[in-house]
Amino acid sequence: MKFKNIALAAGFFAATIGFGSAQAADISGAGATFPYPVYAKWADAYKKETGTGMNYQSIGSGGGIKQIKAKTVTFGASDAPLKPEELEKAGLVQFPTVIGGVVPIINVPGLKPGELVLDGQTLADIFQGKIAKWNDEAIKKLNPSLELPDMAIAVVRRSDGSGTSFVFTTYLSQVSKAWADEVGAASAVEWPVGIGAKGNEGIAANVGQTQGSIGYVEYAFAAQNGMSYAKLINKDGKTVAPDAANFAAAAANVDWANAPGYYVTMTNEPGEASWPITATTFILVYAKPDKPADVAEALKFFDWAYAKGDAMAEELHYIPLPDSVVANIKATWTKSIVDADGKPVFAAN
Amino acid sequence: MVDAAMTGVTSAGMDSARLKRMRRFRTGDATFRGLTFGAALTVLLLLGGVILSLVHGSLPALSEFGFGFLTSQSWNPVTEKFGALSPIYGTIVTSFIALLIAVPVGIGIAIFLTELCPPWLKRPIGVAVELLAGIPSIIYGIWGLFVFAPFFQTNVQPFLISLFAPIPVLNNLFAGPPYGIGILTAGFILAIMVLPFITSITRDVFDTVPPVLKEATYGLGCTTSEVVTKVVLPYTRVGVIGGVMLGLGRALGETMAVTFVIGNAHKISASIMAPGTTISASIANEFTEAVGDLYTSSLIALGLILFIITFIVLAGARLLLLRMNVKAGN
Repeated sequence: MKFKNIALAAGFFAATIGFGSAQAADISGAGATFPYPVYAKWADAYKKETGTGMNYQSIGSGGGIKQIKAKTVTFGASDAPLKPEELEKAGLVQFPTVIGGVVPIINVPGLKPGELVLDGQTLADIFQGKIAKWNDEAIKKLNPSLELPDMAIAVVRRSDGSGTSFVFTTYLSQVSKAWADEVGAASAVEWPVGIGAKGNEGIAANVGQTQGSIGYVEYAFAAQNGMSYAKLINKDGKTVAPDAANFAAAAANVDWANAPGYYVTMTNEPGEASWPITATTFILVYAKPDKPADVAEALKFFDWAYAKGDAMAEELHYIPLPDSVVANIKATWTKSIVDADGKPVFAAN
Repeated sequence: MVDAAMTGVTSAGMDSARLKRMRRFRTGDATFRGLTFGAALTVLLLLGGVILSLVHGSLPALSEFGFGFLTSQSWNPVTEKFGALSPIYGTIVTSFIALLIAVPVGIGIAIFLTELCPPWLKRPIGVAVELLAGIPSIIYGIWGLFVFAPFFQTNVQPFLISLFAPIPVLNNLFAGPPYGIGILTAGFILAIMVLPFITSITRDVFDTVPPVLKEATYGLGCTTSEVVTKVVLPYTRVGVIGGVMLGLGRALGETMAVTFVIGNAHKISASIMAPGTTISASIANEFTEAVGDLYTSSLIALGLILFIITFIVLAGARLLLLRMNVKAGN
C-alpha cells in the first residue's frame, strides 16, 4: 500500500509539475496526513477531468492549522476539529470530508487478526501501563477461549502530534475516568508508558517488529497492510470488528445538523454495530477570504469530490459522508463563505 | 615585499607603467583580503544569527519555566508543562554508550591497520570503514528498527537481563521487559555510526608518527603493544582526541537513526533498555505538530540546550588538549 501511495503521490506531483505552468493556479492546501491518500487520489482524477490541479502538503494537522492561520494556503486540513469559538476567533469555516476509523493493532504470538477482544476500560488501562502482561486477568476475562502468553505488553504510540492520537485519546478519555483525569485527550499527550513512533507507518513498523506490542493506526492503514487487529466492545456492549459498515453505523448516529462548526466527535457512539473509535477529518477555509476566487476553486474541488469521489474513497477504506451531511455542508458554504460584498464565493448546487 | 619593489622603482627613477602595475597588485591584494575576510565574517554572522534566533525563540518557554525547564522531567502538551531533563539525559547517555563502544573498537581498527595489518588486507578494511561513513543515517535507522531491534529483543536482551539479574546495581540498569528498542539500542546504532569517524581520523594520525621513532622503539626490544601505548598514542593524542570529539559531536546531534530506535518516550528510566528520547529526536518528532506557542518554544529551547552542550563538549576538548600540551612541555 505504501507503494500505492508513493505511486499516487508521484503521479500527482508529475501532473502538477507537467501542467502547472499551463494552468492559472493550482489549489493549495496543507495539513492532516490521515486523509492524504484519498485527497491525492481525488486530486489526480480531478486534474484529469477539469485540468485544475491541487497541491496538498501532508504536513500534519497542527501544521495545517498553522498554515491556514498564516494564510500561506487556500485551505487547511485537520483531523482534530477546531472548537466553534476558535473558528469564530480565527474567522474560519470548518467542514468534514471523509470518515475513517482508528484500530488497535497487535503483535502477539499465536493470535490471529480479530481474535482478541478488548473493551474501552481495558484498552485505557493497557495504554496507562496498569495492565502490563498479555495474560492479565482483565484480558483473560474478555477472552476466555484464548491462550494468552505470559508476555510483557509493549505499548506503541505516536511520538509526533497527530489527529489519530487526538481521536484515540478522546475515546480513552470517554471510557476511562482515570485516563481522562491523568492523561487527557489531545493530539499529543504525556504518554504514561510505551514506545513512541512517528506516523502511522512508524507505529505499524514498530508493532510489526516488536513481539507483544499493541498500537493504534488509521483503519485505512491497517487494512492496506494486513495488520493483526483487536475487536472492541462498543457502548452497547456488543463486540464489533473494524470495518466500513461499522464506521458508517457510528457515523449515522451523529447529529450533524445541530453541531455548530461540525464540531463532532464520533467516538464511543451508541448503536449495536457502531465501531467505537470512528472519526472524521476536516477542511478549514476563511469565511471572508482575501482571495475569494482561490477559495471558490477549492470548494469546487470538494463539491466535485462529494459528488464523484465516493468510490475512490471506499477503495482506500475511507467512508464517504452521508448525503444529508453533504447537503448541510453545501448550505454552510453558501451561508458562511462570502466575498467582500457578502455574496457567496461558490454556489453549490 | 611590495615596499621593497617600490623602493626599487624610486631608485630606478619614475617608471609610471610599473608603478601602475604595482598599484594594481595592491588593490588586487586588498580585494582578495576583503573577500576572504567577508567569507570568514559570514560564518560569525551565521553563528550569531543562529544563537540569536534560538534564544529569541526559546524565551517564552524559558521565562515560563525558568531554571525548572532543565530539571523537570514532565513533558505534557495537554497541560503545557515542559521540562528538558529526559531529552538531555537521553542525549548524553546514548552518546556515552556510543563512545564506550566505538572508541576502543575504532582505535583498535586503526592500530591494526597501521601497525599489524598485512598489506593486502589494508585496502579492503580501509574502504569498508569509509563506506560505513558514507551510509546515510536514515539507513542506519531503518536497519536498526527492522533488523537489529528484533534480533536484539529476542536474542541479546533476554540474555543480558538474565546475566545481570543477580548483580545488585546492574540488574536495575539492565531491567526488562525487552522491547528491542530503547536507549541501549540507540547507543549501539550510534556506536556503529561514529565508528568510521573515529577510525579514519585515528588511522590518519597514526600514519603521521615518524617511522624512525617506532623503529627506534622496536630496536630497543619493545613489543608492538608497547610501541603503540608508549610511542604512537602519546605522539598522536591530539589527533585521537580530535577524532573522538568529532564522533561525539555526531552522536550528540544525530537525529533520524536515533528517532527510529530509541522509543521516543519522555521518561528517565533506571534501565538502559527502556525507551527514552534525545533532544534532536524530540525536535524532529514533535516540531511539525507542536500546537501552541509554549510547545514550539520549548522545542526551540531544547535546540538551544543542544547547542550549549555541543559548545561545552568542544570547549572541554580544547581545554583538555591545552592541559595535555602544557604537561607535555610544548
